[in-house]
Amino acid sequence: MELAEEQLEEQHLDKPQVVDVVVRFAGDSGDGMQLTGANFTQATALYGNDLSTFPDFPAEIRAPVGATFGVSAFQIYFGSEDVTTAGDALDVLVAMNPAALVTNIDNLVDGGLVIVDQGAFTAKNLAKAKYDQNPLEDDTLDRFRVLNIDISAQVLKAVEPFGLGHKDALRCKNMWTLGLVMWLFDRDREPTIENLMKKFINKPDVANANIAALNAGHAYGETAELPAGVHVYKIPKAKVEPGVYRNVTGTTALAWGLITGAELADIDLLFASYPITPASNLLHELANRKQYRVSTFQAEDEIAAVCAAMGASFAGSLGITSSAGPGIALKAEGISLAAAAELPLLIVNTQRGGPSTGLPTKTEQSDLNMALFGRHGDTPMPVIAASTSTDCYEVAIEAVRIATKYMTPIMLLSDGYIANAAEPWKIPDVNELEPFPVKHHQEAEGFKPSLRDEKTHARVWAKPGTAGLEHRIGGIERSFETGDISYDPANHQKMTDLRQAKVDGIADDIPLQEVCMGENSGKLAVVGWGSTFGAIHQAVKRARGEGLDVSHIQVRYLSPLPKNLGELLKQFDAVLVPEMNTGQLVRVLRAEFLIDADGLNKVAGQPFKIGEILAAIQKKCAQLEGKS
Amino acid sequence: MNKPLPKLTLKDFASDQEVRWCPGCGDYAILKTIQKLMPELNRPRENQVFVSGIGCSSRFPYYMNTFGFHSIHGRAPAIATGVKLANPELDVWVITGDGDGFSIGGNHMLHALRRNVDMQILLFNNEIYGLTKGQYSPTSQRGTRSPSTPQGSVDMPLSPCGVALGAGGTFIARSIDTEAKHLSAVVTRGHAHEGTAFVEILQNCPIYNDGVFEQVKDKKQAPDFRVELEHGQPVVFGRDKEKAVSLDRQTLQLKVVDSDGADDVLVHDETNKTLAQLLAAMQGPDFPVAVGVIYREDKPSFIEDSNAQLIAARVEEASLEELLHSGHTWTVTED
Repeated sequence: MELAEEQLEEQHLDKPQVVDVVVRFAGDSGDGMQLTGANFTQATALYGNDLSTFPDFPAEIRAPVGATFGVSAFQIYFGSEDVTTAGDALDVLVAMNPAALVTNIDNLVDGGLVIVDQGAFTAKNLAKAKYDQNPLEDDTLDRFRVLNIDISAQVLKAVEPFGLGHKDALRCKNMWTLGLVMWLFDRDREPTIENLMKKFINKPDVANANIAALNAGHAYGETAELPAGVHVYKIPKAKVEPGVYRNVTGTTALAWGLITGAELADIDLLFASYPITPASNLLHELANRKQYRVSTFQAEDEIAAVCAAMGASFAGSLGITSSAGPGIALKAEGISLAAAAELPLLIVNTQRGGPSTGLPTKTEQSDLNMALFGRHGDTPMPVIAASTSTDCYEVAIEAVRIATKYMTPIMLLSDGYIANAAEPWKIPDVNELEPFPVKHHQEAEGFKPSLRDEKTHARVWAKPGTAGLEHRIGGIERSFETGDISYDPANHQKMTDLRQAKVDGIADDIPLQEVCMGENSGKLAVVGWGSTFGAIHQAVKRARGEGLDVSHIQVRYLSPLPKNLGELLKQFDAVLVPEMNTGQLVRVLRAEFLIDADGLNKVAGQPFKIGEILAAIQKKCAQLEGKS
Repeated sequence: MNKPLPKLTLKDFASDQEVRWCPGCGDYAILKTIQKLMPELNRPRENQVFVSGIGCSSRFPYYMNTFGFHSIHGRAPAIATGVKLANPELDVWVITGDGDGFSIGGNHMLHALRRNVDMQILLFNNEIYGLTKGQYSPTSQRGTRSPSTPQGSVDMPLSPCGVALGAGGTFIARSIDTEAKHLSAVVTRGHAHEGTAFVEILQNCPIYNDGVFEQVKDKKQAPDFRVELEHGQPVVFGRDKEKAVSLDRQTLQLKVVDSDGADDVLVHDETNKTLAQLLAAMQGPDFPVAVGVIYREDKPSFIEDSNAQLIAARVEEASLEELLHSGHTWTVTED
């Protein structure tokens, strides 16, 4: 289906009771917008709103100051109802310079609030943003509420007592702005103050200056005479299940899921990886967690990473490797060896925009084809995808379970959006998780490397160091009977069938596909996988609110697919598959189940907006209405 | 753990697989030497792991009755690193060739060397691609005529030991396929070395590159074309040890002199990296080819230090609950 032009919604800030708000902090890559966003997120979670975030940063580490391509932004959607995306249109835009304004202003709703640092709107910066005239002085911002403040001057005044140089003093601008936005939404500054003290523990002057800036921004909101329609907005707390909560990004949840998986499997992990955006943070997180059953290895390249992981699996640990698109391509030969040698191996693919280097910091779901088919030979491999930041935890555990139980490589798909996005997470009780301990073979009597579990077809895991189990494995086809090299034609057929049967059989060991919102049959099913979950969820919810007959189905297991998925989809008159690619799952569904599924495709480096999916649902439902 | 190991022999290290190298291949001799050496190392057989890539030499693990992994082209050092990281107790051996180790797998070789992973790399250098039927390799002499270079190759060869030195290798040695005693002694020292031990083994391919090391191997010619290095001993060669290698202190180059002449005869110091580079680079016809331990140094082992970090991190028991609750949390109660 064609992607409809996004319709911006009516202004929020006029309503007596604001139920949800989207705020975007935007500035130079060096302006500290990500830190600002992270602190605001924490305060918002503690306030009791549900939330979802979208850190959106450029590939350049320090782009030239004031450049449009160097704008780094952090978006947060928070409210009193369930929040599953970072929001469509902006209610509040914080623009630290003209470049941040020009790249984001089109997403601000009419009547939305824009906060700008007047001091940064210099002739030089205006020229870099390609403004012919100062937008603060013409009618550009007439449709919006505007807080036009010389933040730079305010900050310099606020931090004067701490004796910082001019440049260092100006670096506190982000905290001043954060203080103002915290006033706007009645957030508590205390946790941010604690964070600043911790962060600058060895630079008390810097810590104090930042805290002073934060407080000054807040005080400005309280005391300054503000334009009409700018005041404290109260957003009711979300109704959530009782429990202990924390904020978590997809990367953190994934790392902790792997660590938990290791405990449940009673096995050591070797995480071998090569730095690549946006996957590196997983390596960083795990490198700090060696007190658990994980060790990390920064390999010399992507190929070495997958190979070292495989070597660890041969030696009896679970080898895990992680990368993003181009890096995964390099690992393909190694993954096929793991399949041939029947060794467990977990490959995490944090997808980004492709092809080639593509859009390293932007999100996409365009590696599904590679995950399903990107190997030489007939090399089936299970594939599993995380739908949200918090879902990464469970999916990681499940990937460890499947890899070790079936002695197979498995690919876990995440993407740049959920890897970096944070959302509140009800911390699970780890004691309630079902262990799945790994059994390394010990019995020398009757041992051969081709011993298999009759039910799962999993090959025996006989690790070096075990007397009497000395054996050889490798990439040459091996005899089904003995495990020795075999060029026998019938044997190759048998081994090929075995590899397929092993992966197919996993379908008996995964949950049947459920409908996550709506009925099990009807007019329209919207089928998602991966990080499109949030936008689909909200769009289907709104469509159902409008009385449309639509259900949401979210597929976690992409290979093998759940056994009932085909039958389930056939209970609907139409199937719509939104994907951040040119139509990869939809093609699989059409091929597997011979159904007339429609794709809704977007590859803009940005997640779907709720409105885009809603518009497609409305259109499809209207078509179906017209038919009947 | 301190049970005496069962007395093993060569036969205990030979697998039941039929050896399938070409008749006369130098690999047979190497296999025999390593199988014979294994019991002498006095280590548990189940702790021996042979990892290889692709090529003739890489079939080696199939013939060893130990743990073995015949992997993919060039990647054996990376796989072996993973094996060793997962279980530092294991003795890890990489079997590779000139193409596997220095062409497709050159990068992994460099890093296995500089990291000083505690393992042995045996590189069978026959200066040709055997398994793909005779194309020239990165160690082939310039001008090598092969199916892919019918007019002779035009690229310069690399010296495995020279590259290994440049990569920061801490144990660099050279030996010869059919010199069982020499090879055995060199590999024994490599096995004892804490870190990556790199042994280049000059190996004859009777099919595609027959006789390429003839001068170095032939009993009659070898005395004039080969010098056996021994730490602390003068670098002398020739039938009656009448020739010697000397360092010209003006040009910092080696030269061949009479061993009883006026020039200083070089005394081999295997801890001297500068001399090691010069000795590794020696080749005919002007110089003898050096065999033996060319260089060794004691440097921290990657595996030992990695392991120490793990042990340090695990001094205190860590609970999953603690991890999941670390940092800021908040409690939502029933209203």
